[in-house]
Amino acid sequence: MKLDSNIPGGPIQEKWDTRKFELKLVNPANKRKYKVLVVGSGLAGASAAATLAELGYQVECFCFQDSPRRAHSIAAQGGINAAKNYRNDGDSIWRLFYDTVKGGDFRAREANVYRLAQCSVNIIDQAVASGVPFARDYGGMLDNRSFGGAQVSRTFYARGQTGQQLLLGAYAGLSRQIGLGTVKMFSRTEMLDVVLVDGHAKGIVVRDLVTGEVRSHAGDAVVLATGGYGNVFYLSTNAKGCNVTATWRAYKRGAGFANPCYTQIHPTCIPVSGDHQSKLTLMSESLRNDGRVWVPKAKGDKRKAHEIPDGERDYYLERKYPSFGNLAPRDIASRAAMQVCDDGRGIGDTGLGVYLDFRDSIARLGKDAIAARYGNLFHMYAKITAEDPYSQPMRIFPAVHYTMGGLWVDYNLQSSIPGLFVLGEANFSDHGANRLGASALMQGLADGYFVIPYTIGGYLAGQKAGAVKSDHPEFGKVAGEVAAMTKKLLSINGKRTVDDFHKTLGKIMWSKCGMARNEAGLQQALREIPALREEFWKDVKVLGSDATMNQSLEKAGRVADFLEFGELMCRDALERRESCGGHFREEWQDEGEAKRDDEKFCHAAVWEYKGQNQAPVRNTEPLDFENVHLAVRSYK
Amino acid sequence: MKVVLHIWRQSKKSTQQNFAQDGKMVRYELDHVSADMSFLEMLDVLNEQLTKKGEEPVAFDHDCREGICGSCGVMIDGQPHGPQRGTTTCQLHMRSFKDGAEIYIEPWRAAAFPVVRDLVVDRASFDRVVQSGAFISVNTGAAQDANAIPVPKPDADKAFDAATCIGCGACVAACKNASAMLFVGAKVSHFVHLPQGRVERELRAKNLVAAMDKEGFGNCTNQYECEAACPKEIPVRVIADMNREYLRSKIKEEPPSNKRVGGDG
Ligand code: FES
Repeated sequence: MKLDSNIPGGPIQEKWDTRKFELKLVNPANKRKYKVLVVGSGLAGASAAATLAELGYQVECFCFQDSPRRAHSIAAQGGINAAKNYRNDGDSIWRLFYDTVKGGDFRAREANVYRLAQCSVNIIDQAVASGVPFARDYGGMLDNRSFGGAQVSRTFYARGQTGQQLLLGAYAGLSRQIGLGTVKMFSRTEMLDVVLVDGHAKGIVVRDLVTGEVRSHAGDAVVLATGGYGNVFYLSTNAKGCNVTATWRAYKRGAGFANPCYTQIHPTCIPVSGDHQSKLTLMSESLRNDGRVWVPKAKGDKRKAHEIPDGERDYYLERKYPSFGNLAPRDIASRAAMQVCDDGRGIGDTGLGVYLDFRDSIARLGKDAIAARYGNLFHMYAKITAEDPYSQPMRIFPAVHYTMGGLWVDYNLQSSIPGLFVLGEANFSDHGANRLGASALMQGLADGYFVIPYTIGGYLAGQKAGAVKSDHPEFGKVAGEVAAMTKKLLSINGKRTVDDFHKTLGKIMWSKCGMARNEAGLQQALREIPALREEFWKDVKVLGSDATMNQSLEKAGRVADFLEFGELMCRDALERRESCGGHFREEWQDEGEAKRDDEKFCHAAVWEYKGQNQAPVRNTEPLDFENVHLAVRSYK
Repeated sequence: MKVVLHIWRQSKKSTQQNFAQDGKMVRYELDHVSADMSFLEMLDVLNEQLTKKGEEPVAFDHDCREGICGSCGVMIDGQPHGPQRGTTTCQLHMRSFKDGAEIYIEPWRAAAFPVVRDLVVDRASFDRVVQSGAFISVNTGAAQDANAIPVPKPDADKAFDAATCIGCGACVAACKNASAMLFVGAKVSHFVHLPQGRVERELRAKNLVAAMDKEGFGNCTNQYECEAACPKEIPVRVIADMNREYLRSKIKEEPPSNKRVGGDG
């Protein structure tokens, strides 16, 4: 597999301008002859679809939800970073770039991260212009707060619903284009494969989730903005429908999959309450601005929180990381929580929890001020747990939240399949081995609003418009394979439900490839997953037909892909014999802190599919750090 | 705890009005329900049991399961999203029900929301209303600096309160006229409280009202059931905002051309 990162020359500050100038343009009159297929309607997909349509391209956009407004970006709570420096506190594009490279534990591509920091300022402008009601101060100016891994206040927010407001902004722009007829929207439509003609992505095969019809859509380029794969763990903060299917099928058609082992465990989620648990709920990282994290100093201390005096509490983040304190980055805060629980000091019935306590900030700022900042989060917490976080500390525990790995892309966001572009969480490029808080929204919108509209033109300018139609034999072949898989799932009629298999897979992944990983555990997972997959194809029970809405069938297809993907993830985790960011190998640590091996692993691992039952090949893209020098990441 | 469920089962899509003939209520008993389960987790348990018995599981819409995507929503004992105020179905917990409770679960009933299957309805009419004008006509790249126009905090807060609508459709389901005034009012109110949104306020109000009527949503007769049912507690004052804006659009002269212009493609 040839991996050309395609980074423009020159100093890092000028690379993006250089590239924008180098890229060939499509003349306005010709744009309407090109059709772009955008899969996904979250921040990246909706902003890309709307912007491409504004430029004049014909766009078709697809989402599996009943409306593009429901994509999972909507659930992001805390905020979006931008190097506006409205606070005059020393922020700059360079500092955001620096923080992101360091936060990613030196496993991201510098040039991409710099461009992300550059675009961040335009995103806020665009969002405000499209009506996003960000929080304001009394002078009418935009307000900011702090997030983990940064010492400046650069996070813009809309109460605890920033993702919702940004997505509705992008959805409004998309809706405007749908109304104008420039975007054709296909809701309740799931992409099940990508179609290659002469090595280029020229279309997709989808299933209509209402009628069951399998359909082909041809285009001049395909954009995947289909999110992350956190649901491989079954329990995660992802929406129930989030899945790896689109990117996995693209991988099986030849797109490289980079760093699948990089998964983010978010430190502040509501702990699991029982076996019925279907998903986990995040409590925004922004809460760590005013909440203090602690556990009792003594093991097995079962007293109520308020009965434990300050001197007998261990505010372990403040103790271990004095300069960042409760705002230590996610991977570090999660691991620290795990360690105190392993140490027998976890709280709650299960001992798998730590406190996030607002007592001191309520005393300092008053209950009203705290309610104004976090009211909806406190409300949500109270609804789920039936406990009042104003009067007793929240119980929190780490949970799978985000996946930094994804399809490999070059600087232009093109995958290793020409004509197949990948945006947002679905690609691997900007967050390295750990994503900083409030950077996911930034990346999704940067990719969709400001990167793809330029780079896709460079590709299309070299293509003959409308050269491939959906009657090309390749579409028939792929659609046939998709339909055959559906038929197979329905014909097994075994004994175990899809959810049952998914839960079993999730347990394997969480225990062997979760917050801490080791050689023996990963080896075992690599034996258990193929066995589970085999059982799935013999014993899964999927009822109903493929000619109607069939939610079990939808799930079955997704779980079948997770059962393959999980194996690749473990393989990647096994081969990366170092610890970095969200990937913590127990064998490589320094008193509980991740220990990188820059000699051997300062690269992205890019997996290449070699066929069913063949071992995939691990390729590498070396990462050069010319601007932020490789250093041990310290938040002490 | 133990519950008895009565659930609407329907295997194929209804056309708009005839849903009464297309399905029926079916009774299920469910044991070992934990008070900590969410309502949808309780339905998950039922579906697992049905599947194992060889009966097709109950279809229902859901995604985020944290009250923000607006996918979920069923009538529970005649109330949209059930008995707890300000709560989506996915955030309702079984501790809101008594042991032995009989619970009636049905899809939203409205002409503009045809039933797709069981508890799943088609809310594309909402999307079409939005497409008619619930946006600011700004292309990517045309924006000035975000702090160039100050927005008074009270205005920003009012805009935000309206913008929290999740588009679930509970307001329509709650209304005896199946009116979408709260949904559309929230859109109008969101934009009209922001300086950026005021530029095309008349056209927006006019287009949204026309689209709403065309989709077959009913009129508002001031029952305020919508406000009570809204999981985001959007206040009925947004309907007043909308009526005012609509009137304003009528009073103001027709703009020279109300044809919207898109990209240069
Ligand atoms: S499932 Fe998203 S709001 Fe209920």
